[in-house]
Amino acid sequence: MSKTFTKSMARNIFYGGSLFFMLLFAALVFDSESSLPDTDNRQAITEEVALGKLVWEQNNCIGCHSLLGEGAYFAPELGNVYTRFGNSTEAIKAFIASRPKEGIPGRRSMPQFNLSEKDLNAVAEFLKYSSGIKNSNWPPNIQG
Amino acid sequence: MQYQSQAVAKPYFIAAIGLFVGQILFGLIMGLQYVIGDFLFPEIPFNVARMVHTNLLIVWILFGFMGAAYYLVPEESECELYSPKLALLMFWVFLIAGALTILGYLLVPYATLAEMTGNSLLPTMGREFLEQPTITKIGIVIVALAFLFNLGMTMLKGRKTVITLVLFIGLVGLAVFFLFSFFNPDNLVRDKLYWWFVVHLWVEGVWELILGAILAFVLIKTTGVDREVIEKWLYVIIALALITGIIGTGHHFFWIGLPGYWQWWGSIFSALEPLPFFMMTVFAFNMVNQRRRNHPNQAAVLWALGTSVMAFLGAGVWGFMHTLAPVNYYTHGTQITAAHGHMAFYGAYAMIVLTIISYAMPMLRGRKAANSGKSQILEMWSFWLMTVSMVFITLFLTAAGVLQVYTQRYTDNPQPFMAVQERLELFYWMREAAGVVFLIGLIIYIISFFAGSNEPEQA
Repeated sequence: MSKTFTKSMARNIFYGGSLFFMLLFAALVFDSESSLPDTDNRQAITEEVALGKLVWEQNNCIGCHSLLGEGAYFAPELGNVYTRFGNSTEAIKAFIASRPKEGIPGRRSMPQFNLSEKDLNAVAEFLKYSSGIKNSNWPPNIQG
Repeated sequence: MQYQSQAVAKPYFIAAIGLFVGQILFGLIMGLQYVIGDFLFPEIPFNVARMVHTNLLIVWILFGFMGAAYYLVPEESECELYSPKLALLMFWVFLIAGALTILGYLLVPYATLAEMTGNSLLPTMGREFLEQPTITKIGIVIVALAFLFNLGMTMLKGRKTVITLVLFIGLVGLAVFFLFSFFNPDNLVRDKLYWWFVVHLWVEGVWELILGAILAFVLIKTTGVDREVIEKWLYVIIALALITGIIGTGHHFFWIGLPGYWQWWGSIFSALEPLPFFMMTVFAFNMVNQRRRNHPNQAAVLWALGTSVMAFLGAGVWGFMHTLAPVNYYTHGTQITAAHGHMAFYGAYAMIVLTIISYAMPMLRGRKAANSGKSQILEMWSFWLMTVSMVFITLFLTAAGVLQVYTQRYTDNPQPFMAVQERLELFYWMREAAGVVFLIGLIIYIISFFAGSNEPEQA
């Protein structure tokens, strides 16, 4: 590197640049927070949906599935599963409840989680709420 | 070894390597589950194997970072570590907490683990990479605080160098951003927004400072190039890393319900994220070319150069490939992401830990500077086997990803997820084969510690 560009110049760029972009990032996040009510479907977050999120988390669903594209890539995307299943929470519940305990020979199969009726309802409602988040029309099609 | 207290790094490095082996074994299990869906079902379902695979990765890298810090801070500060006893105590706390957590994943259903550890009091579990029970997370914070205190006190009483300062800023950032793992709102969009404060600001933010500092230390030691020159490079690299990487967080905000402007911010800044990695490659090769001496530990130099190249390819090139919003619209959450994740983590963070282990371990085991020629040759074999097989894992996953994107998303007649997965089987088998080669490389790596240990040092 050239001699006219000194270490203290490099240091100043590091501190100044980092600080500036951290503040800019904070400002952008702050602005995002204020426009979230338009997109994040918060009016649909009921107590049941909140419980559903906890059920989703406590069974580590993200360990196989993706939700809005984040998670694991072993099983289908679930951000739009509600629409994929014909806008039906009943179909989601029926699928989860009917998983064979011992799996399917040679194939991937979702474990049987033995969810209570309450938890089953809640997780289905949580997935319904997730499908209502306005996320720039992702995924590109119904298959996720 | 110039200071006795540097010896506390040794158990950290040994634990790191041990957990690394566990990570790879679970990786192979998952790879097999991709093609033989019921392999080990229902005993070890995929989600459990994945949690073990990714959590072991994080924990062994953290062990590596801590070992690196305990090794290089006394040497840079030119004084003994503030409290070697505290460092050793924290080693056991972290190891036992980590082991119990992994055993918890494997022995009881995750829902039971959540209940046992009182997750509903402060729900933090069940989010990708942050699956640890809340109590483990609190343990991590305590270990991190004790670790930072120990390092900080050491640095205060000794010589202040740019390397220790940058390392310390990186480690403080690591601890601070981890605190966001305790924030888990019911609102999924906000949950995801702040989740990235941990994940992105770690691996595409402060961890790059840690990476840069360790690399700079090893290059000073092995090339004998003037410290002033190396420190200037280090500042430029980490400046670029944060200037591009902080706003670059936006490339995760495209499709999770945040405002559309993130597609611009995220695309532009993250498109520049390869720059610091490219600088790192130029830096490492330049320093080795300008070396004032030939260090006898050639294996360590190979790891250092390898890290700079693989980090650029994995994080830089493979990251850029799918970071622009219009591309990411189709690739988001596919095997393309998996491909990038594998090479980036191996190239940047696994390899930097292996670099410092390679450099420090001979001294920690009582040698003057380097292992015997025989041991180094084996270590270099393991370098090539692991690195080349990781390149192939990445290429096969990329091929799978392209095909997946095409048949499931980028077509007039999109196929269902599982139908597409079946068509990718060939690539998954090839990935698994490459994974087996990686394991062979890792076994040879471990053998290299024992081979030729009673032969004289490489001159």
